[in-house]
Parts: sequence; structure tokens; C-alpha cells
Amino acid sequence: MTIPNIVGAGLIVIGAGLGIGKIGGSAMEAIARQPEASGKIQTAMLIAAALIEGIGFAALFAA
Amino acid sequence: MVISRKPSHFIVAALLAFMPLLSFANDNHGAHTQTTASKEATTAMEKGHEEGHHEGHGEGDIRSEIKQHINHHVLDSHDFTLFADDKTGKHFGFPLPVILWDEELHIFSSSEFHHAENGVVASKGKFYVLSHHDGKIYRTDATGTLTEDAKSGHPTNIRPIDFSITKSVLFIIITALLMFFMFTRLAKSYAKNGGIPKGMVRIFEPLVVFIRDEIAIPNIGEKNYKKYMSYLLTIFFFILFLNLFGLTPLGVNVTGNFTITFSLAILTFLITNLTANKNYWGHIFWMPGVPYLMRIVLAPIELLGVFIKPFSLMIRLYANIFAGHIVIMSIIGLMFIFKSWVGSPLSFGLAFVLSILEILVAFLQAYIFTMLSALYFGSANEEHHHEEAHH
Repeated sequence: MTIPNIVGAGLIVIGAGLGIGKIGGSAMEAIARQPEASGKIQTAMLIAAALIEGIGFAALFAA
Repeated sequence: MVISRKPSHFIVAALLAFMPLLSFANDNHGAHTQTTASKEATTAMEKGHEEGHHEGHGEGDIRSEIKQHINHHVLDSHDFTLFADDKTGKHFGFPLPVILWDEELHIFSSSEFHHAENGVVASKGKFYVLSHHDGKIYRTDATGTLTEDAKSGHPTNIRPIDFSITKSVLFIIITALLMFFMFTRLAKSYAKNGGIPKGMVRIFEPLVVFIRDEIAIPNIGEKNYKKYMSYLLTIFFFILFLNLFGLTPLGVNVTGNFTITFSLAILTFLITNLTANKNYWGHIFWMPGVPYLMRIVLAPIELLGVFIKPFSLMIRLYANIFAGHIVIMSIIGLMFIFKSWVGSPLSFGLAFVLSILEILVAFLQAYIFTMLSALYFGSANEEHHHEEAHH
């Protein structure tokens, strides 16, 4: 592993972390506003997080 | 589902309570073999002192030892080793059959690789050797020479087609049998007991209902969900069981192996595309509702999406499980690098917490794989939008 690879991997993790954090935060707010819709919100949240994670892992393998 | 009696509560609670213990035992197993490894490294270090080498030698040895141990754990192998004593070179476990197709069928036990002189097994006039470099079987001559590629270090000998029952294959078979017996029992208990499931297996009923009501129906729709249910249930429990097996001290890493996640993703890909209706293909090749020029631009992008979807399914499951195994093993390995009373409890605690997290990941990844498969099946079966535009 060379230094550019390591820096790239770090950037990917930062990006994916920010993205998933934003999703999680927004889902929390949404559930707080509408607790009765929490099931649907959780499902949508997990799908979005999984998609970001997939991109993140694909980039990590490339790095 | 009705759980009316107390004992079943206790069984479920005990089962959940035991799960971290199982993964914990895995840690101990890793620790055990590494203890002998570190002892050996210490003696090597002492020897190094005597011979007047610098002190860093022993440290590097432990590190490479740990790395080797982790690599051995995450890869598939031809024999099943429960634990090994590195000092005496004894392995406790059992060999698995090797099945090769090299113009004709060759069947022998993988223990022959260890018993034979210089590891060469003769079968029907041909010679095979197990490469220590990548753990794969190569054809060789009577003396067991392996020519290695100068650049990558991989052997360049001819590889026979390998149908061996390896560790992963063994666990796939075990999981399949386990699922078959558990779910046929569950199904039979409905008929016997008048619609109420009976016995241990009824802890699966909520999961089955969850997959139907929360995954299949919302994503695929009331009309079509039934024909996909069998696949969704199979894939969910298959991934779940193999993920959980990966956390036990048996040391298998089936779903963290991308040939296996690749074949699971291929199944989803085939089912999606073979059961798709004309709306699905219409949306890919001739997107309705956008200008004509855009349709030409969109078609290749959408077509690429067809292949990217299963690809991301494959990478996600593989990377999550693989990374989890490596992180847990590395944290346990830290114990042998620190070698102090601060380091050991620290890595012990971290490994414990991570093992619990891995159980969550095991369930979550099974759920996500099933969920996304259902989503893709749903998109392949979507009806015309106009009727339900106000929906």
C-alpha cells in the first residue's frame, strides 16, 4: 500500500461516513416529527445507507 | 405468533445471550494458537539476542505471524483445522475430500498432502501439490517442482478443475441441510398443531412474517409477491446462518468470500431479468416521459445499472463480512504486540464489543441483501404508472 492509496482510502471513509451520518441524522429528525412513520423511515434509511456503503466499498477496493 | 409459555422465552433469551459467547470463543481460539506463536517468537527473539541481532526482529516476527494467521482464517482451505499447535506442528481437525477433474476424475483425501513426502500426491499417474502460496492445487511432477511467476509469485503450473469439498463447501452443505430440516419441521408443525407452530423452530416464524410483510409486500406488491417469497426467504436465512457461523469458533468465512456472494448476486440478477415485464425493459431502453434525445443518452446508463445492481450486492456483503473478520482478528492480535497488562484488557474489551456489533451486522447484511433483491424484483414487475399516479 502506497501513501496515495492510504490517503484515498481515508478520503473515501470520510465521505461515506459523512453521507451515512447525514442519512442517520435526518432519519432521527423525521422519526421525532412523525413517530408513527418510523417503520417506513427506517427502511428508507437502511436502503440509502446500504447504497452509499456499496459505493464506498467499491471505491475502497479501487484505492 | 403466540408465545404463551415461559420456557420458550427463556430459550430465545438464552440463545441470544449465548451468541456473543460463541463469537467470544472464536477469540479464544485465535488467542490460543497465537499464544504458541508468540512463545515461539519470544524464543526466536532470545536467540536473536544471543546472536547479537537487533531487538526489532522479534516484533516483526509476531506481526507477520498474526498476519499469516488472519490470512489463513479468511481464506478457504482443503482441510478443517479446529486448532493447531505450532510448536509440535500438530493439527487437530479432519481432512476433507479433494475432487479434481483433470481429463479424468481424481478423488483423494486432503490429508495425503501432509502425509506424503514433500507434499506430492500421486493419483492415476498424475502428481498434485498444494501450493503454500495461495492454498490452491497445482499439477506437478514426481519431485513436486512449482515454477513461479517472477512478478506476482503465483505458481504458473497447470491447475486442474477443482470440485473439492472445501471448508466453505462443507458449511454450505451443512447450512442447506440445517435449513431444510428446520423449516420442514416448522411447516409440518402447522398442520399438526392446528395453525400454531410448535417447538424450537417457531422462533423463525416472526422472521418469516417480517420478510413477507415488511420486505416482500411493500417492495414487490400484493399481486406478485408470492412467486418471489421462496427465493427471498431462502436467501435471507442462508446468508444469516452463514454470517452467524462465521462468528462461531469454527472459523469459517463463507459469506466473506466473494465467489459465494458473486453466485448469490448472479441468482438475484437472473431472477430479476428473467421475470421482468415489458415496462421494465421499456424503462431501460426507451425511457418514457423524457425528450427523445435524452432517451438515447439514458439507455446505456440504464443498461449499465442492470449490471451494477448485482455487483454492488456482491461487494457489499463480501466487504462487510470480510472486513469484520479482519478487524476482530487484528484487535485480538494487538494483545501479542502490546504484551502488557494495559493492552490485553483493552484488546479483549474491544474484541468483545466488536463481536456483538458483528452479530448486528450479520442480521443487517442478510436483511439488506434480501431487501434490495426484493426492491429489484419489484422494479422488474412494476405495472404502468398512470393508474396509480395519485397513489
